[in-house]
Amino acid sequence: MLSDVLNVLRSIWPSIEWRVDDGSIVAVLPREDLRAVAKYFSAQRWRLGTIVATEGRHELELRYCFYATAHPGWAQLIIALNPVDRTIASLTPVTIAADWFEREIEDLFSVRFAQHPRLGDFVLHDDQWAENAGLMRPFVQSGEDLPVQRREWRPKRVLEEEGAFVMPVGPVYSGGAESALFLLETVGEDVVRATPRLFYKYRAIEKIAQGRTAADALLLAERCAGTSAIGNGLAYCRAVERALGATLTRRSEALRGFFAELERLRHHMTSIREICESTSLSVAASQALWLEEQFLRISGELCGHRYLFGVLAIGGLQRDFADPALEACLRKADALRPKVDALRGALERSSSFLDRIERVGIVDREAAQTFELVGPFARAAAISADMRAVQPYAPYSGLEFNVPIEEEGDGYARLRVLFAEMEESVRIMAALCRDLPADGTRIDAAMRAGRGLGWSEAPRGASLAWVELEADGTVSRYRLTPPSFRNWHGFHVATESFAFQDFPIVLATLDLSVAENDR
Amino acid sequence: MSWFWRGLRAGVLTEGPAPEALPESLSPGLPRATEFSTPAQAAEIAARCPTGALEAQDRVVGVQPDRCVDCMRCKSAQEWRHDVRWAHPDAVERFGSRFKHSIHVRIIDAGDCGSCLNELAQLTGPSYNLHRFGIFITPTPRQADVLLVVGPVTRQMAGPLKVAYEAMPSPKRVLAVGACAASGGIFGPSVMSAGGAADAVPVDLTVPGCPPPPLAIIGALRALCGQEPPA
Ligand code: SF4
Ligand code: SF4
Repeated sequence: MLSDVLNVLRSIWPSIEWRVDDGSIVAVLPREDLRAVAKYFSAQRWRLGTIVATEGRHELELRYCFYATAHPGWAQLIIALNPVDRTIASLTPVTIAADWFEREIEDLFSVRFAQHPRLGDFVLHDDQWAENAGLMRPFVQSGEDLPVQRREWRPKRVLEEEGAFVMPVGPVYSGGAESALFLLETVGEDVVRATPRLFYKYRAIEKIAQGRTAADALLLAERCAGTSAIGNGLAYCRAVERALGATLTRRSEALRGFFAELERLRHHMTSIREICESTSLSVAASQALWLEEQFLRISGELCGHRYLFGVLAIGGLQRDFADPALEACLRKADALRPKVDALRGALERSSSFLDRIERVGIVDREAAQTFELVGPFARAAAISADMRAVQPYAPYSGLEFNVPIEEEGDGYARLRVLFAEMEESVRIMAALCRDLPADGTRIDAAMRAGRGLGWSEAPRGASLAWVELEADGTVSRYRLTPPSFRNWHGFHVATESFAFQDFPIVLATLDLSVAENDR
Repeated sequence: MSWFWRGLRAGVLTEGPAPEALPESLSPGLPRATEFSTPAQAAEIAARCPTGALEAQDRVVGVQPDRCVDCMRCKSAQEWRHDVRWAHPDAVERFGSRFKHSIHVRIIDAGDCGSCLNELAQLTGPSYNLHRFGIFITPTPRQADVLLVVGPVTRQMAGPLKVAYEAMPSPKRVLAVGACAASGGIFGPSVMSAGGAADAVPVDLTVPGCPPPPLAIIGALRALCGQEPPA
């Protein structure tokens, strides 16, 4: 399939040198051709996975990574930018999916994106840092190297109507919520638009990963969002293993799949609990909280950590897990299934609950397509976007499983997707357990210089990692694109016109992590 | 048997773990100082630690619990404790009885990864039921006695954290929960993170762990309120 695409590309742009490398079409493009080529990929329904910026002492490079949705395969379009001029045409007018990537790169690499509709105040907040501060650039060694420029920051207003006003909520608000600011624009009862201001929790993982060993940077990948440590950690490990040219044992692939599904189970239970809490359905919320605790305990019992930290390792898993222990874990997860089903049934019969999540926070298929949303968020709007199926990897490439899809794109559809995926996860765990290979859980991957792209389907959707390694195995670039970064971009679509009191419900059904976005 | 455990046993959905040794389903445990047979072996174990939580002195590997990020690399060698009374031993004398009853806690997320907050969410659930100790989570700092901080304190959250602390009435206490808030954890101190809550507000007590299990957080809150000695 990739070869067909290659032939077409060669015929349209004969002067560009196209090649295929490790499952990716790779080409260095002249700056002027980027938009046309990107337009071609978008039209073929390829998705923009991420944009990776890298700056060395004398060079500045942008790597646009697309993946196909009709067949396996990636494309990496590379642009060498002039490090003095630092300007390139924005892709946002071609595909809106590029929007946030470009805003991020502007803040962190001081690259100018011509014709971008809305730059400014993003990762580095305008009331603390100068615009274009360039945190990721080599000269910045500590926070003190950043150009500080304190000025007043005022939220942008979209509404022009008379009597319209902006109500800020956050960054510190209700009980145990993650820190983020929401600007609710309203003309009275109803909120017309909600704009998030994120990155209060920005920990600069990509910056502090530089210079750490590949094994130590894995700890950052796991803790980018501790509630999907396996999901994001796996994307990172796979990127490193590609960079090292390592082939894993079949057992470690199977176990990784087992842990990924166990994490999905627990994570989805958390999301369902949060939806119950947001609707003030306290009995259901307590039941969900209890179920979630059971999944945490099962995880802790199996691997010694309730959030599955320390399970993954470069080249496989940190240690082996005995088959009976895995089977016991599966049995316990399976035994909770009737309780999860009972909760689902009770929720579906509760009309006061359904009233509050039906037709709430709607994101339709078209919006999910345009914003290239991922995970259960996208699947509730009839877009599969499941990396396990779209860009299959071991152990899923050899498995049969369903990708639950719903049509309505509202809060209820998202809830149904979560429940359905939990069922599917138990089924996948069982399938993996039935046939566990015995060829060891870790290979000794020799360090060498290299670069690689890795991906996985984390609980909230596609997680992508790009890793560049030095010869001694230290990380010189780790670019992570977690699913929440992708999905927060679609947040405002779900929050067009809603009653003020519904805000927590809309937020809960979207299943977005601030930590994962902010990194 | 203290009320802590008695209470936990009484709950309908709460299973009563033995206080001396918690199973790994409830808590990963915490590494503790361990003696090895040779200095070389001790040095090898200490070198595994990514955050400097382990330090070898001759044949003994000592532990700075606040720095441990649960990477599990030392688990096969170092001894681990499996209790949950992780907070500082002199907490009760230090804080006295003024905080004994009806304590309100304001949680501030200063850059956590999601797991610390998730364990905090469990506190008020049926499995742990924090309310029975007269400890409540409050949404407003103006009613709060205890500021509970998670996360390493990112540079963009330092301001809001200080504002929340200032807004609390005196007397007030600060509890730093998790390796991040206790020491910066895996993230800090670094270009965008401080080295924990103490860099922004005066911290009274830290709870190690990445994340600390709910029972350890409850133990620390009770110690901070003078309800029970933590160790
Ligand atoms: S588990 Fe803790 S003490 Fe042990 S090596 Fe990891 S961070 Fe260090
Ligand atoms: S201490 Fe660990 S679990 Fe808690 S916020 Fe930090 S990284 Fe996450």
